Amino acid sequence: MNWHYILPEISIAVSAVAIILADIIRPNRWLSSAIALAGIVTAAVFAFTGDYSQPAGVFNGMLTIDAWSQFLRLLLLSVSFGVLVVSSGYFHRLENIWAEFNALSLFALTGMLLMSSASDLVSAFIAIEITAISFFVLVGMLKDARSSEASLKMMLIGGIASAIMLYGMALVFGASAGTRLDEISLAAGSMPDASTGLLLGMFFLLAGLLFEAAAVPFHMWAPDTYEGAPTPVTLYLSAASKIAGIAIIARVFTTAFTQPQSLSADWGLAAAVISALTMTLGNVLALSQTNIKRLLAYSGIAHTGYMLIGISVIGLSQGSAGQAALLFYMAAFALAELAVFSMVIAVTRHLNTDEISGFAGLSRRSPLAFALLSLGLFSLTGLPPTAGFMAKLFVFTGAVQHGLLWLIIVAVLNTVISAYYYLKIIKVMWLEEPADPGKIKPGASTGTIAVISAAAILLLGIAPYVLLKLAESSLLNLP
Amino acid sequence: MGILSLTIFLPALGALLIGVIPGLSARFSRLIALAAAVLPLCLSVYMFAVYNPAAGGFQFEDSFQWIPSIGAGYHVGVDGLSLLLVLLTSLLGFISVLVSLKTEHRPRAFFAWLLLLETSILGVFSSLDLLLFFVFWEIEVIPMYFLISNWGSGRKEYSALKYVLYTLFGSAFMLAGIMGLYFTAGTFNLPELYQAGLGPAAQSLPLAAMFFLLIIGFAVKLPVFPLHTWLPDAHTDAPTAASIMLAGSLIKMGGYGIFRICLGLFPDQAAHFAPLFMALAMVSIVYGGAITLRQTDIKRLIAYSSVSHMGFVLLGLFSLNYIGLAGACLQLVSHGLITGLLFAGAGILMHNTHERHIKKLGGLARQMPVLAGVFTIASIGAMGVPGTSGFIAEASVFLGAFSAGSVTGSTVFTVISLTGILLAAAYMLTTLLKVFFGPAKTVFDSVTDLTRLEKFYCGLLITGIFLIGLYPAIATDVLEPAIAPLASLWGG
Repeated sequence: MNWHYILPEISIAVSAVAIILADIIRPNRWLSSAIALAGIVTAAVFAFTGDYSQPAGVFNGMLTIDAWSQFLRLLLLSVSFGVLVVSSGYFHRLENIWAEFNALSLFALTGMLLMSSASDLVSAFIAIEITAISFFVLVGMLKDARSSEASLKMMLIGGIASAIMLYGMALVFGASAGTRLDEISLAAGSMPDASTGLLLGMFFLLAGLLFEAAAVPFHMWAPDTYEGAPTPVTLYLSAASKIAGIAIIARVFTTAFTQPQSLSADWGLAAAVISALTMTLGNVLALSQTNIKRLLAYSGIAHTGYMLIGISVIGLSQGSAGQAALLFYMAAFALAELAVFSMVIAVTRHLNTDEISGFAGLSRRSPLAFALLSLGLFSLTGLPPTAGFMAKLFVFTGAVQHGLLWLIIVAVLNTVISAYYYLKIIKVMWLEEPADPGKIKPGASTGTIAVISAAAILLLGIAPYVLLKLAESSLLNLP
Repeated sequence: MGILSLTIFLPALGALLIGVIPGLSARFSRLIALAAAVLPLCLSVYMFAVYNPAAGGFQFEDSFQWIPSIGAGYHVGVDGLSLLLVLLTSLLGFISVLVSLKTEHRPRAFFAWLLLLETSILGVFSSLDLLLFFVFWEIEVIPMYFLISNWGSGRKEYSALKYVLYTLFGSAFMLAGIMGLYFTAGTFNLPELYQAGLGPAAQSLPLAAMFFLLIIGFAVKLPVFPLHTWLPDAHTDAPTAASIMLAGSLIKMGGYGIFRICLGLFPDQAAHFAPLFMALAMVSIVYGGAITLRQTDIKRLIAYSSVSHMGFVLLGLFSLNYIGLAGACLQLVSHGLITGLLFAGAGILMHNTHERHIKKLGGLARQMPVLAGVFTIASIGAMGVPGTSGFIAEASVFLGAFSAGSVTGSTVFTVISLTGILLAAAYMLTTLLKVFFGPAKTVFDSVTDLTRLEKFYCGLLITGIFLIGLYPAIATDVLEPAIAPLASLWGG
């Protein structure tokens, strides 16, 4: 057995169990956090030093560990590290369940890490469910009406999505007699034409996978869930689980559905259409939001749309383009979400409200929080010199190259719409008079993560090549 | 890092210092702002002095790889037109710092944004890489938003947002155009694009589509009717310094972009669609002028006059001959100086009298004789009276447009556009009369005239206006090598 290939996942799962055990023996806030962070750092060391020179199949090809896994592992681990550090700014509301919160976050992380390497329909399903079930609980952790409703909504829609996905998997298995992604591709290659079962299964599978990424039409859970969940969980959902969801779509489709030739173009085009719908709906609905978490939920849906452009390019180019841009986009998006959400956590702690109007006069109450939040929002808008601009640029470039100019026009017009509501937040913070002029401190943990993210946003905006180069060497192997 | 890069980034460095030094006093932030505005001005004067027109082409180049996988580079350099616009921008940047020295409200943030704005405009005029050009083009939006929305007046938040959305709308199309260009030619590098041309190479989309995608972005900024409606709001509600930068320098990016990219890379499409753009220029000139006549707010009046005057730029550009192009380029510089002066004057007027409504002003020549003189000079410049830079620029535009034989209907457009001159005379003279002449009003008796500092910066601009007006060769000598190769694309 090649256990050493999954050392990162093992470290995270072991730390999660250790947190629960430690909490039984000696409940202590700092101990839980320390184990969680130490687990993530250990996993990151394993993930960083692992051998990725050749794609390695683990457990009879259930998982494939390759450069793509490495990039995503490191990304997901860094984001999770940030999320867990930032959550200490939310400790006051999770005091009694701190160990459970940390442990569940790590279980979710285990699932997401597996999602980045899953190369079999069965392991993919298990990874997705580990993630989703952990999140159902995390979202409902506050146990108040909103939080419970959020959890229930996510669970119901998630359940439906899982059922659809499973049905799709069954159809694909029926058509190709395999569950391993490369077997499916091989079996389909020997058919003269894509069978109805395979096509139908593929689209059901896509539908189910779109849930995790919160794409139209499986986005409905996102606004309520984002609003009701504890804010660090909202951040986690948006910055990490969305990325893992997009990543697994990319791997499953690029590996399994490439034969016959036209199949890639089919799902590439489907992704393009969903992308256009997702970003337009997300942006338009975001316009009228007054709650910052809801607004960011809709903005996140819109960003799923932009990421789906990357998926579409991968499909239309038969996997030869779009991957590096997509990876870069994920990283840039995660950084912006980290910067924005850490400051939202820091500020709403003082305000006791998630309404945008509460942010009035933030530029005077805390210039640093204002600057970091604004930079994050500019990056989400896609203005230079931020990472968000470069991310959009790379994704759009690939799309134009593969005949998706119409989609890019839709996307850039969407960017203009999004500028309106992001600027609305900035306007409130910058121009409106605060109800209470007292100073707000950005907080040590939230401030640190936001400053680091902001620095990275600027660095990637000015010198994107430092990360793009890495992304370009982290591509999926094509069958 | 070469002298040009230094010029571009010095203001940004100043902005950074002002932004990050903790507990910086207002006085020190003013000093830093002054230093960060004077140095680029000195450097650009120096570059202007040593630029070699005989050699032509792009000089003071700096370039290194930026994003190798898509072949984008940091590549800056200036030819005659860029150089004049860089000089203009750094002059206006310096003046707008001087204008705002008295800013009491959040002076640190104000100067930081103002300097950042200057860097982005300088960057646009110097970029020789399309991606870099676009990045600078977009960066400008953020400082301008903050400048208008916080230090402006009237419906400042509305105007600021409108400005941002219009600009982003335009640049959205522009980005699509730039990408189309990139996939057609395989490079973002402008000198390479000029050399290779777009020709019959495999095209990612029709050249005409690219041409239009690009020109929409520029037309919003210039602005061209019917995309001009952001301009009066933004100019009117912006603080004086931002109005000077906006009208004097920023909207020139539109004309510059058309010259550099749309005409330079798409000569056939430009020739094909020239009648359309000449017609739009005509509408901008006449409609802009007519609307200006009806304005009662002094800043709004100057703002609308810009729509009309930028129409001349478009008219000159699409004459597609040497004299028309030279006129358009001169008009870019000349309008920058004249409108800069008008907005500076209007700023002083409003600050000292606390009044911006033209009907309520009157007879101010008694109380403010120097300002009256300044305004008169700016007005004759705007009317295009011989001796001023306005004359030489507009005369060249009309000469060029009139002789634009290759453009169908050019004579008609030109003749109708000529009424723009009459309109300019009408609105400038009536404003001058209403505001400065006629019976003196006692309410303004305590109003003071220009201070020494105000005389200094108005004097700088007036010098520029007459320098180009009386000795145009100072500008045309450096412009010649930039325009001649372009004009030869359509046979001279």
